[in-house]
Amino acid sequence: MQNECKCNCNTADDPRYVELKAYIDSVKGNEGIAMSVLQEAQTIFGYLPLEVQKFISQNIDVPLAELYGVSTFYSQFTLTPRGKHHIGICLGTACYVRGAQKLVDKFVAELKIAVGETTEDGLFTLDATRCLGCCGLAPVIMIDEDVYGKLDDVDAIPGILDKYRG
Amino acid sequence: MNINELNELKGKALKDLTVSEGYRVVVGAASCGIAAGAKTVLATLQKEADAKGLKNINIVPAGCIGMCVYEPIVEVFAPGQDKVTYINVDAEKAAKIVAEHLAKGNQVPEYMIKDGAVRNLNEIQFYQKQKRVVLKNCGYINPEDINDYIALDGYQALAKVLTTMTSEETVELMKASGLRGRGGAGFPTGMKWSFAAKNVADQKYIICNADEGDPGAFMDRSVLEGDPHAVLEAMAIGGYAIGATKGFLYVRAEYPVAVHRLKIAIKQAKELGLMGKNILGSGFDFDVDIRLGAGAFVCGEETALIASIEGKRGMSRNKPPFPANKGLWGKPTVINNVETLANIPQIYLHGAEWFKSFGTEKSAGTKVFALGGKINNTGLVEIPMGITLREVIYDIGEGCPNGKAFKAVQTGGPSGGCITTADLDTPIDFDNLVAVGSMMGSGGMIVVDEDNCMVDIARFFLDFTVDESCGKCTPCREGTRRMLEILDKITLGKGTPKDLETLDELAANIRLTSLCALGQTAPNPVLSTMKHFKDEYEAHVFDKKCPAGVCQALLSIVITDDCKGCTKCVKVCPVDAITGKVKEKHVIDDSKCIKCGACIDACSFKAIIKK
Ligand SMILES: Cc1cc2nc3c(=O)[nH]c(=O)nc-3n(C[C@H](O)[C@H](O)[C@H](O)COP(=O)(O)O)c2cc1C
Ligand code: FES
Repeated sequence: MQNECKCNCNTADDPRYVELKAYIDSVKGNEGIAMSVLQEAQTIFGYLPLEVQKFISQNIDVPLAELYGVSTFYSQFTLTPRGKHHIGICLGTACYVRGAQKLVDKFVAELKIAVGETTEDGLFTLDATRCLGCCGLAPVIMIDEDVYGKLDDVDAIPGILDKYRG
Repeated sequence: MNINELNELKGKALKDLTVSEGYRVVVGAASCGIAAGAKTVLATLQKEADAKGLKNINIVPAGCIGMCVYEPIVEVFAPGQDKVTYINVDAEKAAKIVAEHLAKGNQVPEYMIKDGAVRNLNEIQFYQKQKRVVLKNCGYINPEDINDYIALDGYQALAKVLTTMTSEETVELMKASGLRGRGGAGFPTGMKWSFAAKNVADQKYIICNADEGDPGAFMDRSVLEGDPHAVLEAMAIGGYAIGATKGFLYVRAEYPVAVHRLKIAIKQAKELGLMGKNILGSGFDFDVDIRLGAGAFVCGEETALIASIEGKRGMSRNKPPFPANKGLWGKPTVINNVETLANIPQIYLHGAEWFKSFGTEKSAGTKVFALGGKINNTGLVEIPMGITLREVIYDIGEGCPNGKAFKAVQTGGPSGGCITTADLDTPIDFDNLVAVGSMMGSGGMIVVDEDNCMVDIARFFLDFTVDESCGKCTPCREGTRRMLEILDKITLGKGTPKDLETLDELAANIRLTSLCALGQTAPNPVLSTMKHFKDEYEAHVFDKKCPAGVCQALLSIVITDDCKGCTKCVKVCPVDAITGKVKEKHVIDDSKCIKCGACIDACSFKAIIKK
């Protein structure tokens, strides 16, 4: 199954599970913690494989079906691993009217993947995002933590990508 | 802490804030400023000032100063002088500002607006037409230091309410102020509070809605990043009014800087006893917690938001029961928007009459807009209700860039509509914007010009709602998708006259039968563009043309007489649609052309154009 954990981990002494368990213990007893535990898990693991969701389900007494319902409802949760670098192209209104669609087309052509996909080498994941709050610099993209604004010239993109190819 | 101690702290903090000697240097460091490089500027200023051993220099990050085009912005305050504004500052400029201005007192005009012709932002029209109530502290105080907030009357309103007013009086004053919710619907805040106050329950809640879902709006983020304590103070006041001892801030996950600053603010307020048990010795307890969204627009809707805080899928439910009666975990709950809350401390400090002195009869106060799109001065503007759209777009925004013609302004985001030149003299308030076929919404204001296709804009918003529908009710889940399919068809040049009728019919049904306001308002962008730009829809459907030249499938690519016959285009065309002899003008076979534009990029003589 595609959601199976690929890391051959042993939950007992995998430090990531230990970290997650510690977080769960710190919030246990509060109401409505499912979302925050999933968020923490995604920060720790990078994504939410089924194994991790099972682990959470057992530890916070929320049925797996319900957790799966939550993790598939919100767009920030991902059940598949992401690329090393995350490219977010802002498709907020301000960026859209300033030509963000051209940026999407260029990235799709350069990386040969569709929006929402990860390159085969696992280097880039391409996403369209909501307003990044930098409308004054529209059109805007974000690669990992770096924001690039005023990208009116799509020919600048290959150069930007090269910086992350290392 | 008691009130005397608060006042003592205020006196001391105010001295620190209003420099009596030396300089206070403020760097606009909201998300947008940081994206433009504010962190480097801050670090350089500090490093250079330290290296020179300068005394009495206080360098602080602040929230959004408001004018995105000039970021990063540095403002220098000195006792007895007008502030000085430096724009588009980078590390090199920062170093020179320290060496010249801070060390020797020589201002550096070439880093100011128009090379020093404008010495500070207050001199330009962009600010002169504004009235800053919500944004009073934004871009001035250090949001990570509670002392700055306290210096400027922070927590005085809470102190006043807790020590001199009953809960009933607190609700009554809110009613009298006429404040209406800034989250979109414009519901009177005092009324909402009174419903929840009347309910008897062992636990009530107050929630701050910081989900800010409108794609193209960033007012709430700016308030949280620039003045987080104002929101916390207001939540405590609201809690006292309705009898809630617990508050939640629901913040969208895309706002890490806001969350970071809120966490600091909560911690500092708790340390001083302005949050927590027995606040200011009044016996009133109030605590707040942050909950993060996870990327779902519908969670801005109050019942979906509640479901999300409860840890469930964020799906909306039928109302009634309203949250004021049955909200979070079934308890009476008030949900207020960030900007609504940010007004509140000042209303209690200065009174209801003061607040009503701004704005119009039915819409008191100010409104913050995120002005963006095809406009020269993009940024954050706060205006008194009642000034006209024309003033906002031409006086504050200074019109469209590159001399392009203004076409429309979109307000209300995915639930709103477009307003055209004909209605630009409408005074802005809740009811007037509805009357001209749009709505206030949360405050996104996006200008589009002659180069934007209105069918494409409508398609953009519908694409958004289709993506964000929670899927619970059929009209919204399926209906909006059918509308999107039709718009896709039209933009691809495959639309028929019947499609326009079907759009109308679907829109009417979705409006009437959807469960929550997300679906009920989803057809608005389509209906409003169909009404005002019927000609553009018809051009797409009947003539198979996109007048603005946006819809790729409807464009022709042609070679002009500037062609030198270099054959470069022939080589790049992936479908062999271009023919012609060397040194003679080439032609494109429109039936083969796939409009990829490769030839346009390849041509060295700019002889290939889209028409
Ligand atoms: C689909 C949808 C999205 C909404 N998004 C937001 C939002 O992002 N922020 C907000 O404050 N209100 C939003 N609202 C309005 C809230 O439901 C609610 O009316 C508001 O938070 C109440 O606060 P106020 O009275 O202070 O405006 C949204 C409503 C709908 C139907
Ligand atoms: S719309 Fe792109 S940053 Fe706001």
